[in-house]
Amino acid sequence: MSTVADDLHHDDHHDHKPSGIKRWLYTTNHKDIGTLYLWFAFIMFLIGGAMAMVIRAELFQPGLQIVDPNFFNQMTTVHGLIMVFGAVMPAFTGLANWMVPLMIGAPDMALPRMNNWSFWILPFAFLILLSSLFLEGGGPNFGWTFYAPLSTTYSNDSTALFVFSVHIMGASSIMGAINVIVTIFNMRAPGMTWMKMPLFVWTWLITAFLLIAVMPVLAGAVTMVLTDKFFGTSFFDAAGGGDPVMFQHIFWFFGHPEVYIMILPAFGIISQIVPTFSRKPLFGYSSMVYATTSIALLSFIVWAHHMFTTGMPLFAEMFFMFATMLISVPTGVKVFNWVATMWRGAISFEVPMLFALAFIVLFTLGGFSGLMLAITPVDFQYHDTYFVVAHFHYVLVTGAVFSIMAAVYYWLPKWTGKMYDETLAKWHFWCSLISVNVLFFPMHFVGLAGMPRRIPDYSLQFADFNQWISIGGFAFGLSQFIFLALLLKACRKEGEPVSDKVWDGAEGLEWEIPSPAPYHTFETPPVVK
Amino acid sequence: MGKAALSALIALFSSAGVLAESAGADPYQLNLTKGVTDISAQVYDLHMTIFYICVAIGVVVFGAMLYAMVFHRKSKGVKPAHFHESVKVEVAWTIIPFIILIFMAVPAAKTLIAMEDTSEADVTILVTGSQWKWHYKYMDNDLEYYSLLATRPEQIGGKYEKGRNYLLEVDRPLVIPTDKKVRFLITSDDVIHSWWVPDFAVKKDANPGFINEAWTKVNEPGIYRGQCAELCGKDHGFMPVVVIAKEPAEYNAWVADQAAAQRRAKEEEQKLLAMNMDMGELMSVGEKVYQSACAACHMPNGEGLPGVFPALKGSKIALTDMPKHIDIVVNGVSGTAMQAFGKQLSLKELAAVITYERNAWGNNTGETVQAKDVNAVMTGK
Repeated sequence: MSTVADDLHHDDHHDHKPSGIKRWLYTTNHKDIGTLYLWFAFIMFLIGGAMAMVIRAELFQPGLQIVDPNFFNQMTTVHGLIMVFGAVMPAFTGLANWMVPLMIGAPDMALPRMNNWSFWILPFAFLILLSSLFLEGGGPNFGWTFYAPLSTTYSNDSTALFVFSVHIMGASSIMGAINVIVTIFNMRAPGMTWMKMPLFVWTWLITAFLLIAVMPVLAGAVTMVLTDKFFGTSFFDAAGGGDPVMFQHIFWFFGHPEVYIMILPAFGIISQIVPTFSRKPLFGYSSMVYATTSIALLSFIVWAHHMFTTGMPLFAEMFFMFATMLISVPTGVKVFNWVATMWRGAISFEVPMLFALAFIVLFTLGGFSGLMLAITPVDFQYHDTYFVVAHFHYVLVTGAVFSIMAAVYYWLPKWTGKMYDETLAKWHFWCSLISVNVLFFPMHFVGLAGMPRRIPDYSLQFADFNQWISIGGFAFGLSQFIFLALLLKACRKEGEPVSDKVWDGAEGLEWEIPSPAPYHTFETPPVVK
Repeated sequence: MGKAALSALIALFSSAGVLAESAGADPYQLNLTKGVTDISAQVYDLHMTIFYICVAIGVVVFGAMLYAMVFHRKSKGVKPAHFHESVKVEVAWTIIPFIILIFMAVPAAKTLIAMEDTSEADVTILVTGSQWKWHYKYMDNDLEYYSLLATRPEQIGGKYEKGRNYLLEVDRPLVIPTDKKVRFLITSDDVIHSWWVPDFAVKKDANPGFINEAWTKVNEPGIYRGQCAELCGKDHGFMPVVVIAKEPAEYNAWVADQAAAQRRAKEEEQKLLAMNMDMGELMSVGEKVYQSACAACHMPNGEGLPGVFPALKGSKIALTDMPKHIDIVVNGVSGTAMQAFGKQLSLKELAAVITYERNAWGNNTGETVQAKDVNAVMTGK
């Protein structure tokens, strides 16, 4: 393939692109759009994080000190929405934009204009959502899960803005997913058969199908909320023949696959990084593909484990308990495969690997609490407590977010052509790792001891742990400014130049193009043997 | 690993933290409660079993990982192996977890079946949630009442010191007998709430328009505290559940006593219809009622929350239209968060609180509202 790399060096000479803001507004280049997505996600991560800081400041001690309960509820709601739809999902889409074409040897995404559009509607969606906070009565305050009738009859008029912003986010996600699928199906380099595709590409392909399957369900749910609230329908109102629990069924039919939308690409990233720094091929490649597929399929039949206390029939409770427990089997296979990949490798601990290792341990902890939550009779005790908050933050922060950070450190040298500042990167890792555990681990304890989630004030027995949690939260928030500093340095192209391969153990097409990756790559497809 | 060791570790760190003066429960409770029912004990055992299974898997997986990280390091000069596939191993680590799961699923299913068996109850109580209080109705006796947070707003605001049961205390707890199967029918008047008492391992959503069932059989007399577990709006965090379990004889005496008291109060109320209360009495009763029943939404200063809950201060209805004002308080406003207080408050309390709303915060109408005025609206005369 070395001939391909030689060809690519010519690309540097015809980087036709407008300069300044027009470059970013009009761009159809997958790398530019990937960069836009990633910066957008990072900004949203900081905004959503600032809201978490408000929450943790209020919960620092018992009593109401800083915000009123209505504003507190807006913070928990918008924090959740921003982190899910504004930070984690766009970050993965950004990584897909940058890396999928490079990993399969395609010159760009298949639908570049739609790519531009799917990014540029996102800022408007979040502008609408955030501006609703400044309306009289405030923004959405019914939790990111917007259970009816709290979000219908009992919400204020800003709900309309919430509904429209979710619609736009959904449209953006669907377009992004279509683009990924079409690209992977049609634009693989000659010789890149299905079972030769890198796992990041595989996991994203499956994720994209999940997105197409469930984002329309979310759109349906918000539309029904809109008509129940403003146009007199009764989908979720028993007085008109509807059922508020039906809302939860519809929401979680979207919501549970959504959870895997936020973790499958993470599995892909870890499956790229662990072999590189173990200098050994991924153990059980095909079982990884099958495990990912089965997790995706199972994700459609477990949704009601979020709803065990709603009063389902015994049969349904049993079914969803067993189906949920089953998910731990393919998930376990993945973790075992990563460990087997490391086994008898030659491991080194560069920062992407540090984040990947932290991911494996801490995501697995989140998996354990997930298995505990699957046991219906015990879930009655855990449900809607801080134990659940601990669980999903372990899988989403030390899971999804850590994998995104690992990915950024892994591919950043390829994007900029320069090694990131390793001192800052190590500081970022260790500060994040310690603080994130001070932040989320004690949540298990207060949850088991009986502290409900989404409360602005709590009884005195929870005071000490909440103080620790808040301190961990502030520290984790501050640690992210180290990351910001590092990224700004990287954008100014500071640092040591890197080789094309960057990491000595790296395998794959993305490492055969020059560093930094030229504006146009693979205009002639490489041949994969 | 020993729980004691973990507690000791945490106690070591705690000297730095601000320790609340001996609160109701252990501030370093790390684990689920065993509770006071057979079911809650089974739930606790399930919780511990699955926890130990997870610990065991964790030790094996993280142990192998740690071993590789220490001994298979590049810096030790090891040469990486090249194996990357083994169908046998893959099958093994698919089948073994599956078998462990079956061992877990069987006892879980048994407990679940027992929990959902609400048949043959000795006592049935209808539990109704509304923003932000619980209502208890004894289906076998003529007894029903509301149960509201009893913690003073000054404690929440930090003006007074917080008491031992801060946020976990109510004005009228639910009382149930020990050693009897008590069935709860759970529903809601407005949004979804969730009735939860950890010591009973009972948590069930209160869905508007639908009735859920749960049951408990408490082994030991005592006071058991819980909270609403489903986000139900602004004061979700201020909606505790307190249950007192009494010996059956004591319980029966209590029920008879309460039912008689409730009957007497209703008779008293009829006498009120012929009487006029003076402004001073109405205002002082009214203020108390307002603070407990109305201030959560309309705020202690009557200004409401703009865009969410309307202001009463300077409101047209509170200043002019008295019949409409009574109607709203008594019957509520459908399709909004305004509840019907006709069944929640006595005639005297209704008269007093409406008088208060028409004369407080500069709403100086100078008018009093009497019990008979309220009764006229309630009975449609």
